[in-house]
Amino acid sequence: MPENSRRGHLKLLLGYAAGVGKTYRMLEEAQKLKRQGVDVVIGYFEAHARQDTIDLTECLEMVPRRKLLYRGSEFEEMDTEAILRRRPQVCVVDEFAHTNVPGSKRAKRWEDIRVLLDDGIDVLTNMNVQHLESLNDTVWEFSGVRVQETIPDWVVKEADEVVMVDLPPQALLNRLKRGVVYSPEKAQQALENFFKEPTLVTLRELALRQTAHEVDVRHEPREASGSPRSLLLRNRAGSSTRNGEAAERLLIHITADPSTAALIRRGRRVADFLDAECFAVFVNMVTGLHSLPAPERQTIQKQLNFARNLQIETHVLEGEDVAETLVGFARRQGITQIFLLQTRVRNRPAIFGRNLVQKIVWLARDMQVTIVAEHCRR
Amino acid sequence: MGWCIATYRLAINMTHRSPDPEELLRQVQAGERYEGRGLLKVFLGYASGVGKSARMLDEARRRKERGEDVVVGATQPVLSPEVTNLLLKMEVIPLKTLDEMQVMDVESILRRHPQVCVVDGLAYHNHPRSYHTERWEDVRELLDAGTSILTSVNLQYIDEYKEKVEKITGKHVADVVPLDFLKSAEEIEVVDAPPGMPLYREGGIPEETGVLQQKLAELREMALLLTADIVDHQLEMYMQHHGIEQLWGTQERVLVCIKAGVDARQMIESGRRNADRFRGELYVVNVRQGKRPSKDQSVLEENLQYARTLRARVEVLEKEEWTAAILRFAHEHRITQIFIHHSRNESWPERIFGSGVDRLIKSAEGIDIRVFPQ
Repeated sequence: MPENSRRGHLKLLLGYAAGVGKTYRMLEEAQKLKRQGVDVVIGYFEAHARQDTIDLTECLEMVPRRKLLYRGSEFEEMDTEAILRRRPQVCVVDEFAHTNVPGSKRAKRWEDIRVLLDDGIDVLTNMNVQHLESLNDTVWEFSGVRVQETIPDWVVKEADEVVMVDLPPQALLNRLKRGVVYSPEKAQQALENFFKEPTLVTLRELALRQTAHEVDVRHEPREASGSPRSLLLRNRAGSSTRNGEAAERLLIHITADPSTAALIRRGRRVADFLDAECFAVFVNMVTGLHSLPAPERQTIQKQLNFARNLQIETHVLEGEDVAETLVGFARRQGITQIFLLQTRVRNRPAIFGRNLVQKIVWLARDMQVTIVAEHCRR
Repeated sequence: MGWCIATYRLAINMTHRSPDPEELLRQVQAGERYEGRGLLKVFLGYASGVGKSARMLDEARRRKERGEDVVVGATQPVLSPEVTNLLLKMEVIPLKTLDEMQVMDVESILRRHPQVCVVDGLAYHNHPRSYHTERWEDVRELLDAGTSILTSVNLQYIDEYKEKVEKITGKHVADVVPLDFLKSAEEIEVVDAPPGMPLYREGGIPEETGVLQQKLAELREMALLLTADIVDHQLEMYMQHHGIEQLWGTQERVLVCIKAGVDARQMIESGRRNADRFRGELYVVNVRQGKRPSKDQSVLEENLQYARTLRARVEVLEKEEWTAAILRFAHEHRITQIFIHHSRNESWPERIFGSGVDRLIKSAEGIDIRVFPQ
């Protein structure tokens, strides 16, 4: 294979909070590579004024950041184009889930990193587990924090290696109190968000289980598998499964309900774990999306886009009877499991007929139907 | 941090999910009695060469720099250059030799009485004439004497995992540490993978064949999940101790509900597969429904038996309103997904008031309901 056609190797260090040592570990690895004679550069790193971390950048070449002006303030972002010109063997980049300042060439840092990989540069990066899209609702549920910077699961799945950076929460809290993680003001703020002991313990458990899963999907022997690399392609082709089980095909029902985003995330996560193909459908009771009232149309467009960004195949169907149209489609497509949202309308007397969920459940008696409960903060 | 340490000490010897208050109190008291005990921190690895020693000694160095009184009580027979380097900065109490066998010099460490002692390799077997037959017993004694311990262990040396690991590696090990001792640690840190990128990796694992890689991956996964389970247990203890009801779980827990007279094998199999894929747990329950034809009863017995062979936790719930019984069980066990069968045919009252399935769907807050074809 010619040198330039090899895609770069992506190694992802997974943590569960600021201060567990992701950047430190990443730079330690960079130093090690450098000692081995590998051409390694720092593409972007966040010092957070931690001396231990800054010491580790010694002797490492840093590609200068790009300065951008946005609303009168200066921002600095990774200079992807400069790194491409420099062409190192390995580039280390902090914060995989970072959102670039508006006006940047690409919206997300993970998109920049994919450009580097496409050019054959190996990348070492890091993120916290709470930035994973499919865990967004779970994290909100136990922490009360709605994480804004998310990263689609398929992007993480593309990493060749995922390694856990672990630190017991008590040790992390000690660090925070010693002022190692944040400045005093910011530390106080942090204590009010993620930095509560039960929250940290839960996040850590999530990270451990997620890493175990990432290890599993990369190494589990599969029937028609080639290298773990072919995982995504294989899923798209949808032909094979593990251990010869019948392939699952999962269908998510998109509606204008605000909880649909949570339904899509949950469906995507279940599909990933089951090695299933994933589809999403909106059933339009009128002709053409343009006939919908503007707010509803925008909501639906947003949900469809969101699903597509998570690599879910979307369809818009037309039919007066939502349940019949949805189940008919599922049957034609050989769907094995339909994902629905619990109907919000409570206390509606069933005497007036079944509600939508009941109707779909009744019509789809020959397949599995999963009703995803509305998740709420407790 | 006192309260939190006390809480974690509670994790010792806990075997069942809901302890009675007296048990809890007894343990709090036990925790208080040991107020002067040292703290145990374990670095858990999935294989040798993942960098546990270096990570542990790096922490020891940082603690020493912060003014803690740290000594090294035991090192591995073969040292990497990185470890040798770190040891130069530390006070080392040499191992002593008994009949050409090296053991930790517990008496000297006890006399020296440091704040923190590094014990690399928790699983070593001692000389028969030494202080204790196992090194982890030495460590326990040091902890009791008020010295905190930083120690390392590999998955294969944990008693309850030994057999599983041997099946994967084909290598037999003699030295073991009981899992309960590991669980008694205030802190456990998993050392997940060697640094570096495989493309540039020097020495270590030379020819990473597919099979070897596969085996290492299995061990890695096992170590990560073991740590997650210990962490989960600590969280549960914390929540109980603080009187917080924990309704969410990070682990998927599948509850399969079966009825008498309905063949549930497929649904149970699916439950098993789902629980396995999510590395979660599987429960199978039936709600007792008074008298039923003996034919239905025997189908039920077969289903329950089948569930047991698939390593499900099986329970028959006492007669109670069906939905309430299921939901109560689900909340108690932090269930995330309930599997049930579609209703076969609807009676008129069901048509009007909804079937059991409908009622479950309506009241299952935070739990996914998956309805299966019969």
